[in-house]
Amino acid sequence: MSKSATRDPAWARWSLILLALAFLGLFLVLPLVTVLVEAFAKGWAGYVKALSSDDTGSSIRLTLMVAAITVPLNIVFGLAASWTIAKFDFAGKSLLVSLIELPFSVSPVISGLIYVLLFGLQGLLGPWVAEHDTRIIFAVPGITLATLFVTFPFVARELIPLMEEQGREEEEAALTLGASGLLTFWLVTVPNVRWGLLYGVLLCNARAMGEFGAVSVVSGHIRGLTNTMPLHVEILYNEYDFVGAFAVASLLALLALVTLAAKSTLEWWNRGEIAASGP
Amino acid sequence: MIEVEDVSKHFGNFTALDRVSMRVSQGKLVALLGPSGSGKTTLLRILAGLEQPDEGRIRLGGVDATGLGTRDRRVGFVFQHYALFRHMSVAENIAFGLKVRKGSERPSKEVISERVHTLLELVQLEGLAGRFPSQLSGGQRQRVALARALAVEPRLLLLDEPFGALDAQVRKDLRRWLRHLHDEMGLTGVFVTHDQEEALEVADEVVVMNKGRIEQIGTPSEIYDSPATPFVYRFLGNVNALPCNVQGGQAQVNGLHIGEGRVDGGGTAFVRPHDVEILELSPDLPQAKIRQVIVLGPVVRAELELPGGLVVEAELSRDQKDKLNLRRGQEVSVFLRKAKVFVGEGA
Amino acid sequence: MTAASLPLLRRTRVASSVIPGFGPTLGFTLLYLSLIVLLPLAALLIKAAGTTFAQWGAILTDPRVLSALSLSFGGAVVAALINAVFGLLVAWVLVRYSFPGRKLVDAFVDLPFALPTAVAGIALTALYSPRGWIGSLLEPLGIKVAFTPAGVVVAMVFIGLPFVVRTVEPVLHDVDLELEEAAASLGADRLQTFLRVILPAIGPSLLTGFSLALARAVGEYGSVIFIAGNLPGISEIAPLLIVTKLEQYDYVGATAIAAVMLAISFVLLLAVNLLQKWRRARMGG
Repeated sequence: MSKSATRDPAWARWSLILLALAFLGLFLVLPLVTVLVEAFAKGWAGYVKALSSDDTGSSIRLTLMVAAITVPLNIVFGLAASWTIAKFDFAGKSLLVSLIELPFSVSPVISGLIYVLLFGLQGLLGPWVAEHDTRIIFAVPGITLATLFVTFPFVARELIPLMEEQGREEEEAALTLGASGLLTFWLVTVPNVRWGLLYGVLLCNARAMGEFGAVSVVSGHIRGLTNTMPLHVEILYNEYDFVGAFAVASLLALLALVTLAAKSTLEWWNRGEIAASGP
Repeated sequence: MIEVEDVSKHFGNFTALDRVSMRVSQGKLVALLGPSGSGKTTLLRILAGLEQPDEGRIRLGGVDATGLGTRDRRVGFVFQHYALFRHMSVAENIAFGLKVRKGSERPSKEVISERVHTLLELVQLEGLAGRFPSQLSGGQRQRVALARALAVEPRLLLLDEPFGALDAQVRKDLRRWLRHLHDEMGLTGVFVTHDQEEALEVADEVVVMNKGRIEQIGTPSEIYDSPATPFVYRFLGNVNALPCNVQGGQAQVNGLHIGEGRVDGGGTAFVRPHDVEILELSPDLPQAKIRQVIVLGPVVRAELELPGGLVVEAELSRDQKDKLNLRRGQEVSVFLRKAKVFVGEGA
Repeated sequence: MTAASLPLLRRTRVASSVIPGFGPTLGFTLLYLSLIVLLPLAALLIKAAGTTFAQWGAILTDPRVLSALSLSFGGAVVAALINAVFGLLVAWVLVRYSFPGRKLVDAFVDLPFALPTAVAGIALTALYSPRGWIGSLLEPLGIKVAFTPAGVVVAMVFIGLPFVVRTVEPVLHDVDLELEEAAASLGADRLQTFLRVILPAIGPSLLTGFSLALARAVGEYGSVIFIAGNLPGISEIAPLLIVTKLEQYDYVGATAIAAVMLAISFVLLLAVNLLQKWRRARMGG
């Protein structure tokens, strides 16, 4: 429909579009292109060689493992938290919602720091950890915990508004029809929020695999043992192995692109079923 | 004076206006009446310059305004949902049109504040100048929207469903008030409505629209008493639409003579319920049987079944009903005081 | 157990819902929240509380700490301002105009959310270093971006952009076209309509986007440290200083800087919230 009174003249329209595209090209597209160009600076052979080192392989395995632990845990938490918050009324609810979003406003470095302060040798629980002959900081458990912290809100904050919007009637109907609580949850609640859940999982996973600051603080950077992919990128880069750094980075960039594509597909197919996108 | 000449407007495949022509004389208040999708709002928006017609011309005060944008038409437009600026107070809303004027055309601050004050008085909202739209009732918002439109001293006031979003009582009060205001200010005004009662009560002239065309233009009594088309008959007020047959200029419904038709053929006879008279059973007149009697306050509505099963609705006063002692199943005679016959398509 | 006591008991525990599972899910939520979020954050508070007055004084007057904090906050403010302008432009173009590839561009705006910060960091560094595509264009002009505070701002703009676009976009989408038509019918031109009608309507969301971008940029680490060059006192950001202190086993220093950062961010967000609240109250919701 032509709303002539609210249409901007063509010259204004196109200059604004071009300006916006130029800005996005400069800040988003060019960095992405750079990653690929640098990764292939020594051709396909150099790229493959960079990716086939043992340390790269172990960093990929560690990243996948950390994601495989943190994402399911955050799904369980997200479902429990959103169920509690959306289906029941209780005092302190809005405080709980704010606390769940808290990790978003904490610097990644501080997210790592707090675990060092808790479990590190000088930390509050440090002596207790040492007594039990385990390591948390500078080891895989610390990396997992720090990743859990930074990815903590993703699933929950996606599901809470969605479940709140859907109300309680369908669950109540299922209960009057004789379904048990658990059955109601699986047959009514989860299918209703499945796209939002998937969306939250996508974002959660992207962050879990890509987290740098928090993990960097607790990792100790032990090659082959406590280096995730982003940390490995840093090490290679600082050793002036640019092709290696960008080759590993290209895998992470690919992950980002797949995440974006899946996210957009979900959004276009399920308008209205997914709450506003977040970080 | 507004002149609309052969204006057409399409949205994709949909024809919103199909070669519409009309004129509105200076100082008149005109209603564009029709069902949704009839093109009335599109016509109003074209008058305002919010849309441009695909074909045809618009003249305002004798000057061609067809290509002119909204900003340059000096029309006041009152939107259906008021479109008040939420972040501005009532006074700021009203002053907006004066504040955005350029250079020497912009009145001084004192003049603006005085004008705002005068308008607030006019719309009876003194004391609410500092309020924000969210703190006003629907009727108050409506009056702010009107004051805002009047602030720029428009030569033409356009209102889109001005009472549509209000509840019944406020609606009635505002209608009378608008009529009064219009008489006082002598503005030319056009408003869109789908409510026939509103159009008949407020307007000097009513333009009945249907499917992008004008069906009839006339004063409220002309429109109501002598509808030009079957559509106008059906759209305005209650009416009995009886299938009839015209032969030799005489129209018959189930063998009963009902009136005259100009052309022979099948058609429809329209009879208003208050033109159906119920009499005591008499051999000279067609007979009917009372199917139902409903008392609606001072008015009584009766359903009559004519021989052959045709059902006709009649309206009569409480007195008449008591006099005839009407009850269900009673046999009576009917007389159709006035009927209009349309023959052919659309009838 | 009597029948009469049961409803009383239930009402005090669970607020009138027939849906089961309140106890277990709330319990799990609180336990998990406490273990993963609250307990570690408490460790920070306890550590900060155990810091003596003299230690605080020494840390907060250290010029290196002060310059790192002011770079993190100052750079974040500049970056958030740039993002407010260009984020609004991008949102406007995406909502108001149709052009080929619009949906693709829309999807691409989220790249900084999805791209690991380390990847963004090395890519931006490669671009803006004196031998990079952009850096080599700027060098003849005497402009250095990489390894200067300007580089810090560039990285902060990158990671903050989607916050502004994504908060403004839906609100801009919902701005009633009638408002703009009303402004036009009252004689306002497009620029006046934008400045006086549209901008105030989307103002709160722009402020929210600005503060989200700001909060993110203040704490940002991965994308900044590569391009910053990390010269103490010049291009060293506060999160990096925390890491440096940790590597030197200066837990007190690291904790103090972290506590100050959290406190300033908290005050900033609180101020923004109060401003929004005041605005809503003034306009009567």
